[in-house]
Amino acid sequence: MSDDRFLPVSRRGVLATGAATMAVSVTPAFAQTHELTRSRSSAGKPSMAKVSFQVNGEPHSLELDTRTSLLDALREHLELTGSKKGCDHGQCGACTVIVDGRRINSCLTLAVMNEGRQITTIEGLGSPEAMHPMQQAFVEHDGYQCGYCTPGQICSAVAMLDEVKAGVPSHATADLTASPKLTNAELRERMSGNICRCAAYSNIVEAIEEVARGAA
Amino acid sequence: MKAFTYERASSPAQAAAIVARTPGAKFIAGGTNLLDLMKLEIETPTHLVDVNGLGLDQIEPTPDGGLRIGAMVRNTDLAADMRVRRDYAVLSHALVAGASGQLRNAATTAGNLLQRTRCPYFYDTNMPCNKRKPGSGCGAIGGYTRQHAIIGHSEACIATNPSDMAVALRALDATVETIQADGKTRSIPIADFHRLPGDTPHIETVLNRGEMITGVVLPKPLGGVQLYRKVRDRASYAFAIVSVAAVMRPDGGSRVALGGVAHKPWRVEAADARLPDGARATTAELLRGARPQQENAFKVILAERTVAAVLAKAKA
Amino acid sequence: MKFETAATTNPIDQLKVVGRPTNRTDGPLKTTGRAPYAYEHQVAAPNQAYGYVVGSAIAKGRITKLDVSRAEEAPGVIAVVTASNAGPLKKANRNTATLFGGPKIEHYHQAIAVVVAETFEQARAAAGLLQIEYAREQGKFDLEASRASATDPKKITAGASDTSVGDFEGAFAKAAVKLDATYTTPDQSHVMMEPPATIATWEDGNLTVRTSHQMVDWARSDLATTLGLEKEQVRVITPYVGGGFGAKLFLRADVIAAALGARAAKRPVKVALQRPLSVNNLVHRPATIQRIRIGAERSGKITAIGHESWSGDLPNGKPDGAVHQTRLLYAGADRMTRTRLAILDLPEANAMRAPGEATGLMALEIAMDEMAEKLGLDPVEFRIINDTQVVPDVPAEPSSDDPQARSDSGGTDEHSAKELRFSQRHLVECLRTGAEKFGWSKRNKIPGQMREGDWLIGHGVAGAIRGNKQMKSAARVRLDRGGVVTVETDMTDIGTGSYTIIAQTAAEMMGIPIDKVVVRLGDSAFPVSAGSGGQWGGNCSTSGVYAACVKLREAVAQKLGFNVTDAAFEDGQVRASGRALPLAQAARDGELVAEDVIEFGGVTEESEQATFAAHFVEVAVDAFTGETRIRRMLSVCDCGRILNPKSARSQVIGGMSMGVGAALTEELAVDKRFGFFVNHDLASYEVPVHADIPHQEVIFFGDADPMSSPMKAKGVAELGISGVAAAVANAVYNAVGVRVREYPLTMDKLLAGLPQIA
Repeated sequence: MSDDRFLPVSRRGVLATGAATMAVSVTPAFAQTHELTRSRSSAGKPSMAKVSFQVNGEPHSLELDTRTSLLDALREHLELTGSKKGCDHGQCGACTVIVDGRRINSCLTLAVMNEGRQITTIEGLGSPEAMHPMQQAFVEHDGYQCGYCTPGQICSAVAMLDEVKAGVPSHATADLTASPKLTNAELRERMSGNICRCAAYSNIVEAIEEVARGAA
Repeated sequence: MKAFTYERASSPAQAAAIVARTPGAKFIAGGTNLLDLMKLEIETPTHLVDVNGLGLDQIEPTPDGGLRIGAMVRNTDLAADMRVRRDYAVLSHALVAGASGQLRNAATTAGNLLQRTRCPYFYDTNMPCNKRKPGSGCGAIGGYTRQHAIIGHSEACIATNPSDMAVALRALDATVETIQADGKTRSIPIADFHRLPGDTPHIETVLNRGEMITGVVLPKPLGGVQLYRKVRDRASYAFAIVSVAAVMRPDGGSRVALGGVAHKPWRVEAADARLPDGARATTAELLRGARPQQENAFKVILAERTVAAVLAKAKA
Repeated sequence: MKFETAATTNPIDQLKVVGRPTNRTDGPLKTTGRAPYAYEHQVAAPNQAYGYVVGSAIAKGRITKLDVSRAEEAPGVIAVVTASNAGPLKKANRNTATLFGGPKIEHYHQAIAVVVAETFEQARAAAGLLQIEYAREQGKFDLEASRASATDPKKITAGASDTSVGDFEGAFAKAAVKLDATYTTPDQSHVMMEPPATIATWEDGNLTVRTSHQMVDWARSDLATTLGLEKEQVRVITPYVGGGFGAKLFLRADVIAAALGARAAKRPVKVALQRPLSVNNLVHRPATIQRIRIGAERSGKITAIGHESWSGDLPNGKPDGAVHQTRLLYAGADRMTRTRLAILDLPEANAMRAPGEATGLMALEIAMDEMAEKLGLDPVEFRIINDTQVVPDVPAEPSSDDPQARSDSGGTDEHSAKELRFSQRHLVECLRTGAEKFGWSKRNKIPGQMREGDWLIGHGVAGAIRGNKQMKSAARVRLDRGGVVTVETDMTDIGTGSYTIIAQTAAEMMGIPIDKVVVRLGDSAFPVSAGSGGQWGGNCSTSGVYAACVKLREAVAQKLGFNVTDAAFEDGQVRASGRALPLAQAARDGELVAEDVIEFGGVTEESEQATFAAHFVEVAVDAFTGETRIRRMLSVCDCGRILNPKSARSQVIGGMSMGVGAALTEELAVDKRFGFFVNHDLASYEVPVHADIPHQEVIFFGDADPMSSPMKAKGVAELGISGVAAAVANAVYNAVGVRVREYPLTMDKLLAGLPQIA
């Protein structure tokens, strides 16, 4: 059911609408303008920039294509592949790392913007031989299935508990002037930036609650 | 993502000057919206000016009893500021209703004001979109329009503004402060900051080329009961279908603004006056002349019911 | 080993390791970020280049011009592969649409090029420089509009497309109480967290792909077919799979793009399908329109039940099997099902978690709720009244000319020679147990009458069935002189817990602790397993390991001079006739290796094998806005012996949550003009987040089923989703009093029935 009112124009070319055998109809003036804009912005070589930061306590100095996200710097340049690329658009949370004590989506920050920062990834929280209490709790409560969102969930959970301690309110906080309590509703709201399609949610929450109790 | 050069600005004035004189230059702050769009080549800057680290991350009292919020104050920090929580609760509530903990830690006050629509036809570069590519048409009209505008839109564009924060700022009558390339500053009432689409939906704010947001000023506290009610399909990490920011003052001067219904935070001062008459009267005034699409006609009823929920809660 | 008669007592019955709640053996790797997923094998395949996939901008038509010159000249670009230089590509039978398109375009975002460059950033940027022009052809994208032209696909996955027992029309016409209702379910997307990804390496004409796949052998065969290679030239490695739910059952474009890119670049190439492309590039669960008719006596006994379904797919595609469970779940003498398939030019429709049951029960279990209400019966009781231990509709063989032939003689007559019984069926017990634990008696009995503050409270129930299918499965086991048993099978762990239950199985069989077992999965160099799909993986792959361990026990016994029938394998020792020797001693002269395959027949075909569940849900619906939030969930599951209660519970809660998504938010929005799924990212296709899912309760009935396998286990993972959405929908009806028959139950569909506002 194509609708002839539309003359959809692709980023990469021009689409012809209408009947099956219709030839391509191009509007040359428009297409040319479009091409010019694009060539100007893309003809050049990649721009490189230097950046230094600490990852899991170790200093790193890198020279990177400015387009490199912090996530890709970690995964592709430092071979720290624990941080996952689930969507690359800030829509899933699998890339969550802790930067200067705060959890962020590492896919939506450029590596070069993180000059001088302290970055903690899942590898920095613990190792199979010496797990962080949060990692241990996830294992005990089966707070994961496929494991792909898991590093992000764990980094997020660790930093989230600090946010509650610091008194940061959430959407689940009814009384903004009081210190937030780590209720089940608070915990679930605060972890909602980490999607788990396997949906280990119920178990993840129990794991975090156990760690929170232990830390309290 | 197109290649770009990158530099860190040394002052707001310098940043504004660079962006004004450099073709294809853009500011980058939190990056949470800009990088998203750059990956899809919806945004294609050739030069990025990093405006973090310019000292714009403070929240300070103003001489007349209000608050000045630095442009680079992160959404988390703004929501958590005890003065904001106490005196501008609607703003704090709106902020934490948006995005996720991770995104709020990176996103800035200025960036939140400048975030672009979530219209899926804007996001899909194979589709026509007058906002992304002026003159190419609107893919959304006649398409999937559940999220789209019901008022203030045009034949060229039915996109909505996705910000929660901006709806609260509209209810609070905040002012946006900027610096221009020539070093001149100006204050823009939030009501004037965002534009309706008209036939130029790609121009979304009144900012000039190179003009940089330096802060947002809140007037002195309004008091009253301040509420932000966000309606969405899933319980979190989703954009509003409809949202209501309200400041309910027992002695008059209550105000209400809607999100999710228009190209900008939607407030009609005449509707504020109808608040004592209830949700129906208020919403009728707010949405007078609404022209929804078939798929989002429910937003008119939903807005009315959400205003009712807010009024009921304010009373309780 | 052939499994043809019911299992008797065997070493698994000791349940020293199997059946115990066991932490996943891969947990420490996964939780510390050390488990390597497809895109992360950087050391194993050095000098990787990066591939970026370009998808078609149209849904149907042809590419009229594809100019790659500017992309080829872009910095860092090594190769650009399109249909014109890809070489001959065939299509494997398991794929409906071609994986690498052009010039012909079959669906939106079909892969048409891969750009290979030194870095990801360069490949991505160069992909934007392709100059592509299309001639768009008119396509069909609207299921409702295509319903009339839908044709008989002759068969669905589980049987004939049309089935009939007795005289449905006559019985329905005569029924005292009747329901005739139509339900719709939307297109849905798997959106597993790990996008399909592959690193391809060519060496001497042989191809190795490190990828993310549920079925290693299918991938290997189909990759060979697609590229014109011998199967032996292809190796597939997929040790960790970041979710699949059916999307990684069949070969996908990432594998082809990486293989073609690597061949052109003459070095390893890695490709991950970018998320915004994934929804339209991959397969999806198709939308359905379902008509259900139920007739019953006033007592509640169903006399007539009919279920018809329409879905769409690309030419030569498959229908959704939504009607199948209606042939099995409830009694009723006169019955029919009918399936029709429309041709649609949307992306390929295919399996997603519990294909058939997931959609079918979304409709059937609302219909049962509606009937119960018409009859004035409690919906739990209504289901119990219509329970059956005999298949009420003998499955028609697809090859049979007359699907009625086997059932005309007497339907459910218990003396019928053609009677087919369920190997086990505890649906009634699931319903009763669930009702008691959930507090069903205290539920809201009149729709729209229970209110707590701004919330309308409702309770819903649904029954569920999901087939228990057996697939042959092989494994190799090795015993080394340290007493460590290594299991090798091409089985995959897609979050299902395969690593752990396989380790438990080997530990139980060989009488050793689980930490003395090493499990190696996901490599086509290993024996061919059942793979992960259709909820058969757990039962079948462990049965294959069981078979191999039986052989290893024989080899061990022989080596140690024991008679294997007398030998007890326990505590790391082998004991018989008063003697005890360490297991490890059997390998003192060298590793012992045993390999076997389990094959099924006989008893598994002579009984109907299925898993059953009852789901209970409490919802709260905002009285102002119609937003629905889940407050409580309980599922009681009858699915054989539970091998690992910990990971089995996880499978079920995952299914329950996906059912919540199906009920409340998940819908691929179809643009019927351009022919694509509009909301093709994770922000706009809303799956449940933490805030949507409360604490969930799962109870396993846990009865070992000796008819299923030597493990006496059954499928678990897909039972968890089956029926859940309907339980939510029924709870929403109960809360609000508005019956929504079009999923998902978004607020707009409830607004008209909400309480008046002041």
